[in-house]
Amino acid sequence: MTLEMTPIPYRVRSRRADRAESVTLTLEPAEGLCPTFEPGQFTMIYAPGVGEIPISISGRGRFGGYVQTIRAAGAVSRALCRIEAGDLVGVRGPYGTPFDMGASAGMDVIVAAGGLGLAPLRPVIRELAAHPGRYGRLTLLVGARTPSGVLYPRELARWARHFDIRVTVDRPDDKWQGPVGLITHLVDQIAIGPRRTYAYVCGPEIMMRATADALVRRGVPAGRIALSLERNMKCGLGHCGHCQLGPLFTCVDGPVVTYDHAAPLLEVPQL
Amino acid sequence: MDKQPNPVLLDALDPLITALRIGGFRVVGPTVRDGVIRFAELSSAAESPTGWTDAQEPGRYRLRQEGELVFGYAASPDSAKRYTHPPRTTLFRWDKGPIEPEIDAPPTALIGLRACDLAALAVQDRVLGGSAAYRARRAALFLVAVDCATPSAVCFCTSMGTGPKAEAGFDLALTELSEPHRFLARAGSERGAEILAALPHRASAPADLAAAADVTRTATARMEPRRFELDGVKEQVAAARTSPVWEEIASRCLTCANCTIVCPTCFCTTVEDGTDLSDGAAERVERWDSCFTFGFTELGGEPVRASGAARYRQWLSHKFSTWVDQFGEYGCVGCGRCVTWCPAGIDLVEELERLR
Repeated sequence: MTLEMTPIPYRVRSRRADRAESVTLTLEPAEGLCPTFEPGQFTMIYAPGVGEIPISISGRGRFGGYVQTIRAAGAVSRALCRIEAGDLVGVRGPYGTPFDMGASAGMDVIVAAGGLGLAPLRPVIRELAAHPGRYGRLTLLVGARTPSGVLYPRELARWARHFDIRVTVDRPDDKWQGPVGLITHLVDQIAIGPRRTYAYVCGPEIMMRATADALVRRGVPAGRIALSLERNMKCGLGHCGHCQLGPLFTCVDGPVVTYDHAAPLLEVPQL
Repeated sequence: MDKQPNPVLLDALDPLITALRIGGFRVVGPTVRDGVIRFAELSSAAESPTGWTDAQEPGRYRLRQEGELVFGYAASPDSAKRYTHPPRTTLFRWDKGPIEPEIDAPPTALIGLRACDLAALAVQDRVLGGSAAYRARRAALFLVAVDCATPSAVCFCTSMGTGPKAEAGFDLALTELSEPHRFLARAGSERGAEILAALPHRASAPADLAAAADVTRTATARMEPRRFELDGVKEQVAAARTSPVWEEIASRCLTCANCTIVCPTCFCTTVEDGTDLSDGAAERVERWDSCFTFGFTELGGEPVRASGAARYRQWLSHKFSTWVDQFGEYGCVGCGRCVTWCPAGIDLVEELERLR
């Protein structure tokens, strides 16, 4: 019997250091197949002897497995970023609520990503790009601290076939010719049909709230703005209590929630 | 059980303890240790706190000798939680892959649980029922409840609707009666009935049942001064998120986590990772944690709930408001442990009334 807190061994199939100071790993089960996932879900990745952290799933690898992007921030993410192809890690999951792809069918879709927030949105974007006829106008807004901090640059170029893509940065370099400033400015610049728009938003909490508020100001109903909450998740099962945000266990009732539910919780400081 | 046989009288506890031990259970019950009633493994009723009673008030707990009762005291700092959800447990070891330990769930008979403790177990079942280790430890328990005769000054189970009489969720329940000293015993499960039938017992008389009803009536009356109306509390606490009362409470609260440790429903845990120096294998340990600790909500190096006020708000709001959202019931059973063991003597019943 494998208990629900016991990770399953996964092998690092490939490791790619991103320009954006992150590392993208493809992880495959040491034995058997990995479970299916839905856009927005995450796994708990265990660095043996160091610890375990939640990492969103960015897609399927070419030969199966999970593509997951990690930025070195704490002890565990640093250990995972140092890991080499062929190494073993532990994986539990996938966990959490997904981005509801059915909810945006037939609508114009805005995907707004701040920094590493593009990682959990990548499967959303790929799903939209794979079925352009199923959706209306597709817009991708990306905010990053610096031009080199934009994740998946090569794929962005490919997605441009289906998406109106706008990228803004906080700190431009010499070569940058695009917009500078907050992603909310991009929201203010694009055409929005509020009654037929659905938005998927992921990034730092302050960015998500500002983006969602900007969309609401443009008339998009809060119930059609999905965002991915981040809290301290330790178990992924609603058992450890750490990730609570008001009534939500973020790991099982989230991470993806719509803004009508999230807004009253996020506006209370230190809830 | 299909039919409820009449309760029977037991003259002593030792035959029950012996029967449970012969039945393969380690028997755990109350005993006096370090000036406190604690749960410990018992080999005979002589180790029980016969003739001891407690005085509890906010921030204070004292034992004194009085009367002849075996169960003449209110909630102790221990509860069934220690046995269903241990303070520290190894989740797995890892050596190129996981090595799971056997789940440590020895058959255990818990003697002396009160109605509030049974209610807390039912609450825990809903929170942790998804954990195979919890289910195994829970299934290993044989529960001997005791109707509460002597609630303390901090108890409020009648307000929470959980006591003082044990109504369900036990294998056996006892009502301790005086003059002459005896126990009125009833079974709550088939295996409880089997154990009871095999014990030396006498038939009960209507007078015994009346005396038992009197125990519950007296206990209920003792909690009357503290009784409060539960209706509306969920909404009122949720509406008080930005109340200045939290800051005022935080000026007294030490965020020491005592309340969450003694609480029979508080379930939060964290994990610790390490490496076994003898063989180099990694090890992951789960241990109790508390929403009062500073780093509990740490995200990117900073806690979400940095202030003591936010942490107290989380704890009390969870018990009386968001627990209802999550599980359809309150996370408080009215045992009063958090009030007694708060070094600052913060009484959540008083604070609740101020927030409403």
